[in-house]
Amino acid sequence: MADKKEKVDRVVMPEQDPDVRRRNFMEVPLGLSEEMAITEAKRCLQCKKPACVEGCPVSVSIPEFIKCIADGDFSAAARKLWERNALPAVCGRVCPQEEQCEGRCVLGKKGKPVAIGYLERFAADWERTNGTGDVPAVAEKTGKKVAVVGSGPSGLTVAGDLLIKGHDVTIFEAFHKPGGVLVYGIPEFRLPKEIVASEVATLEKMGADIECNTVIGATVTIDELFAEGYDAAYIGVGAGLPRFMDLPGENLIGVYSANEYLTRTNLMKGYLFPEYDTPIARGRNVVVLGAGNVAMDSARTAMRLGADSVKVVYRRSREEMPARNEELHHAEEEKIEFVLLTNPIQFFGDENGRLTGMECLKMELGEPDASGRRRPMAIEGSEFKIDCDLVVVAVGSNANPLLTKTTPDLALNKWGNIISDPVTGKTSKKAVWAGGDIVTGAATVILAMGAGRAAANSMHEYLTLGW
Amino acid sequence: MAKIVHREELAQGTIILNEIEAPRISRKAKPGQFVILQADETGERIPLTMADTDPEKGTITIIYMVVGKSTARFRDLKVGEEYYALIGPLGAPTHIEKIGKVVCVGGGTGIAVLHPIARALKDAGNEVTAILGSRTYDLLILEEQMRNASHTLHICTDDGSMGHHGFVTDVLKETIEKEDIALVVAIGPIPMMKFCSLITKEKGIKTMVSLNPIMVDGTGMCGGCRVSVGGNTKFACVDGPEFDGHQVDFDELAKRLASYTEVEKQSVDAYNKCKCNAN
Ligand SMILES: Cc1cc2nc3c(=O)[nH]c(=O)nc-3n(C[C@H](O)[C@H](O)[C@H](O)COP(=O)(O)OP(=O)(O)OC[C@H]3O[C@@H](n4cnc5c(N)ncnc54)[C@H](O)[C@@H]3O)c2cc1C
Ligand SMILES: Cc1cc2nc3c(=O)[nH]c(=O)nc-3n(C[C@H](O)[C@H](O)[C@H](O)COP(=O)(O)OP(=O)(O)OC[C@H]3O[C@@H](n4cnc5c(N)ncnc54)[C@H](O)[C@@H]3O)c2cc1C
Ligand code: SF4
Ligand code: SF4
Ligand code: FES
Repeated sequence: MADKKEKVDRVVMPEQDPDVRRRNFMEVPLGLSEEMAITEAKRCLQCKKPACVEGCPVSVSIPEFIKCIADGDFSAAARKLWERNALPAVCGRVCPQEEQCEGRCVLGKKGKPVAIGYLERFAADWERTNGTGDVPAVAEKTGKKVAVVGSGPSGLTVAGDLLIKGHDVTIFEAFHKPGGVLVYGIPEFRLPKEIVASEVATLEKMGADIECNTVIGATVTIDELFAEGYDAAYIGVGAGLPRFMDLPGENLIGVYSANEYLTRTNLMKGYLFPEYDTPIARGRNVVVLGAGNVAMDSARTAMRLGADSVKVVYRRSREEMPARNEELHHAEEEKIEFVLLTNPIQFFGDENGRLTGMECLKMELGEPDASGRRRPMAIEGSEFKIDCDLVVVAVGSNANPLLTKTTPDLALNKWGNIISDPVTGKTSKKAVWAGGDIVTGAATVILAMGAGRAAANSMHEYLTLGW
Repeated sequence: MAKIVHREELAQGTIILNEIEAPRISRKAKPGQFVILQADETGERIPLTMADTDPEKGTITIIYMVVGKSTARFRDLKVGEEYYALIGPLGAPTHIEKIGKVVCVGGGTGIAVLHPIARALKDAGNEVTAILGSRTYDLLILEEQMRNASHTLHICTDDGSMGHHGFVTDVLKETIEKEDIALVVAIGPIPMMKFCSLITKEKGIKTMVSLNPIMVDGTGMCGGCRVSVGGNTKFACVDGPEFDGHQVDFDELAKRLASYTEVEKQSVDAYNKCKCNAN
């Protein structure tokens, strides 16, 4: 039996044609059909000691949910997923599976791993479109009130878990729409906003109160929330401060942070201008600096906004590019060029202050640095110019001090990230927990959710037993 | 929430005042801080300074000039209607202290931004001279309020329809020649702030200006509002909007403000045309 199973090839996800999709904002992978999902699910060996589960930061019951799909019970698969992961439709799409669950799958040793991400997405999508719409049962009210600050994946997870345990939850969000990076950062073509909205709607049906347009630290402080009667607070405000490179010419018109570029496009729907009022520059020759998911999202967005050419400029080599494999692959298919071993040194502009080009240096790789990656070193005299009218700086982000500045008894590390217990999420301040990017620095959706789940358990203990 | 409870046209069709329900913000706001407003889901996020607050009533007041599509949409909101989003208070409050003689220079709708600051400076025991300027007297706003918020008031109009015929900088120059001024606060169009700062720099008088770059979030997450101050990049929404006028690169700011001028023009023309057709 086992031999026969291995002969079935890993399913190929149907996708929009690269030449078509590079000019539209619709989702790229089209999803598996029921038949494809069942065939793929049957490839899973149902390992007794599943290595895949060890690779998943929240230990999703992978063989179990896949078994449900193989048996054709898609609704049961979705429910199995929810036990560990509140946002499977999101994670199935954005987790770096090759480094996590799929990276450990035994089938990957000889051939291709089970497409765990595709199956996770399939089950969640199926349930969203065909399911009963039932929301998880909520325990009897405890009478305790919890404030969740930030509505990214971390905050949404905490809210869901605590609602199920019977607590009252209010989510405070600075923006006018909930979802965090899932709505303002990750583009529509990778994560349709309707999915995030549906997850948020489920929380609302479970009783969550969502107060948008409320900047904690400015509109109201954490201490004031306690004075208003909240019993505990969770801080999941992400790592939203853009990093620039401090290069000459960086304030020219046409140089954007990835945060601004993606927020204007996704959250404010700049790609639908003038139907939506927020404008976004449509560059002809675009350069994106960086090589993570944020850089790929920016580059692919620029292509969809009509660029003639989009270059990703990165100072290391292809192997070190931190983006998910699928994003790199999709970007290349969409005719995005990778200009590797190259570092920008300055930007040039015209008399109106508009960007016209940039100067770069070629790099070579030296000895490994602290991160274990080989250190890029400039090659002397290798300066060259690239003509461009739009640059997106996507070289990382830092913690925003807006909230922490007004909460002085919250211990921070030297980069301004909140220090919290790695197991419980407890901070130095009584009744306050923190998790996600504000603690770890920019990381992943699933890690932010894992931190939320751990904190919710600890918060529940506190609310029922004490600090 | 964010319901308009009172509306006035300070200059017909071009300068509008809205008093808006915002209990939390009204309790927190300090002079110099701003809010971000959005007319509806498709709208832009527009920063406007709070010209006044009433914590007891739970309202804030904004005064804005209609310049493009977003402010035109604000103009068309009626009493009883709500803004889709209202966020604040944002930005660093003005540093108010007693330092002696202060000159407050305001131009155009900058006077709305200046007013709460002048009032706070006067309340803190400073001797306040106000110099207000506008293109023509009809466009001068908050004259009475500024008279109350100052000890001496000068008015300048470009066309000579009231007060000094000429720019606020002329009166500022005379004032700092005659008196020993500890602080100048200049808020208005960029050229006005730039020239006020140049004049005071010669005499080494501390000068504060309030910058109005294009913004998105107003919380430090996009960097769109970056300005050069003393050779360093600052985010106006969190590090400002007030800065030392002697350090600001006004030319860069003026250029960055024109980032979207062309597309914005299409946008407002389409909006006004569409409104005409509807009527
Ligand atoms: C463009 C982009 C692409 C990415 N792609 C991937 C990917 O493919 N796979 C992956 O796993 N990860 C990806 N990531 C990383 C992932 O999105 C983050 O690690 C994750 O979203 C962090 O979740 P969070 O809940 O900690 O914070 P966030 O998602 O950042 O949410 C924080 C929320 O808090 C709000 N907030 C901030 N300050 C305040 C305040 N003072 N008061 C109230 N609200 C506040 C913010 O507005 C925001 O909504 C990507 C990130 C970006 C930017
Ligand atoms: C912190 C802050 C406080 C402000 N307070 C006030 C206030 O109290 N009252 C008030 O009337 N305005 C204020 N402004 C300016 C106001 O935000 C802009 O006038 C508004 O964004 C224009 O939007 P619009 O869509 O109507 O015009 P747009 O179509 O965006 O622009 C029309 C014209 O105005 C110019 N412009 C664009 N953005 C700005 C800007 N930020 N400042 C000046 N000119 C701009 C454009 O170059 C264009 O020529 C403030 C700005 C900031 C950053
Ligand atoms: S949550 Fe992410 S890592 Fe875990 S099984 Fe799902 S896709 Fe894999
Ligand atoms: S390791 Fe692979 S084959 Fe084994 S249970 Fe996990 S997904 Fe199935
Ligand atoms: S407006 Fe986005 S950082 Fe200031």
